[in-house]
Amino acid sequence: MSKIRLYFIEIIGLLAAGVIFGIPFYFIINMAGKNGREASLMSLASPEKLQLFDNIRDVLTADKGLVLTAFKNSFLLTFLSIVVLIFVCSMAGYVSQRRVGKATPFINFLILTGLIIPPAIVPTIWLLMYLGIFKTLFSMVMIETALSISFSTLLYKGFMATIPRQIDEAAIVDGASSFRLFYQIIFPLLKPTTATIVVLSSVNIFNDFVNPLYFFPGAKNATIQLTLYNFMSKYHSSWHLLFADVFIITIPPLILFIVFNRKIISGMSAGAIKA
Amino acid sequence: MFFSEDSLSIGFKNTFVYAFLTMGLKVVFGLALAVYLTSAIRTKNFLRAVVFFPNLISTIAVGITFNSLMHPSKGIINRGLAQIGIAGPDWLGNVKIALLSVIGVDAWKGVGIATVIFIAGISAIPEQYYEALSIDGGNKFDRFRHITLPLVRPAMNSVVILALIGGLRTFDLVWSMTRGGPGFTTDIISSIIYKQYSSGFYGLSTAGNVFLFVMVSVIAFPVYRFLNAREVDL
Repeated sequence: MSKIRLYFIEIIGLLAAGVIFGIPFYFIINMAGKNGREASLMSLASPEKLQLFDNIRDVLTADKGLVLTAFKNSFLLTFLSIVVLIFVCSMAGYVSQRRVGKATPFINFLILTGLIIPPAIVPTIWLLMYLGIFKTLFSMVMIETALSISFSTLLYKGFMATIPRQIDEAAIVDGASSFRLFYQIIFPLLKPTTATIVVLSSVNIFNDFVNPLYFFPGAKNATIQLTLYNFMSKYHSSWHLLFADVFIITIPPLILFIVFNRKIISGMSAGAIKA
Repeated sequence: MFFSEDSLSIGFKNTFVYAFLTMGLKVVFGLALAVYLTSAIRTKNFLRAVVFFPNLISTIAVGITFNSLMHPSKGIINRGLAQIGIAGPDWLGNVKIALLSVIGVDAWKGVGIATVIFIAGISAIPEQYYEALSIDGGNKFDRFRHITLPLVRPAMNSVVILALIGGLRTFDLVWSMTRGGPGFTTDIISSIIYKQYSSGFYGLSTAGNVFLFVMVSVIAFPVYRFLNAREVDL
């Protein structure tokens, strides 16, 4: 009896997931493979002749390969931001968890503020112009890093709390320098959190629209989300190209997710919840 | 000057409604999904991946997709409703429900991350508590009401805070789906900031930023304090 009920519940769950999540996913792929006339009907009917690759080629060659430039920019931006983020936050999380002093409450408050306060647009632009780095990839990396630092530090700090202090002590007794202690002993133990941050932050940064919109204007500076946004107004009737663009943009995060899928929950459980 | 802006009071109300409704939806559905996905079903790994998947699609892409799914005459949602004899509304064109449609899409996209956090929280609850309950003769509802719900509190706090802050600062989904329209009915503070910015009123735009900053702080810090004070230790 209860076994039958379990099957029943499972089938209901699968059906609901199919309708709520499956149809939109299928819709994206389906639209990306149609020709312009079929796509404008917006139906779920499968395309007469699959032309997914033709559509993708059209998207990639539109505007003299702007999408390719945008891909390059987005990849660079994401990669550099993640490197900086992991380098800085792992150390910050380590120190702020291990060393408790008079300044600790204040520092904790500062980190929390970074999580809560929305960035001010115009003052930031002025600052970047004053420093002469407005519209450069460097400034964009700095901005994306700054905006994710709080969350990543909190995640590392939460996970640090689960690593016993005795490990540090043993290493110090054995004569490890503080650099060696961190890079050879602590950092490898932080792997689940690092994996979580790699997935969540790179998806966030790759998919970020607002910050490039404000801080990274100009045609050759396009990031992938900006080109999608411009496509939206430019090719308003070419739904098939729009969806082909959506399709190729979603592939990189998807690959990342498939690689790191299993680690996400374990990284979350220690970090995000305690934070 | 900024406060004399017509759309500001609408924007303020909308931001508030948006943040709290999306937060509520994410907590309720995220928790329900997490309980379901930690139960003894076989396809749970597959379903977890499916639920998380919308997070990987960029917000702009989600906006484009739902713009066409919610098309008043050709959209699949309304055609599906017509099949069972309901005349679907104009989801994004009707002033009364445009904001609610966007809120629904936001919850659709964001529920995956809430679910992952809840799953992490539920997996951290020791099995012994459930065993003790079943020896004492508790049923499924008791399991949820007296063990899962109180002990999943830290996870819930994270979800509430993250969803609330995200909701108050949201911009891209609203912008890609309605651009604040029809009229100003779905304008939120951040879309007002962008509109001022793009028409060259940098001062007004910064005023909006300050206003948003005050609003987020006034809401988020007390909520954070309140939630942390009520946390129970395992």
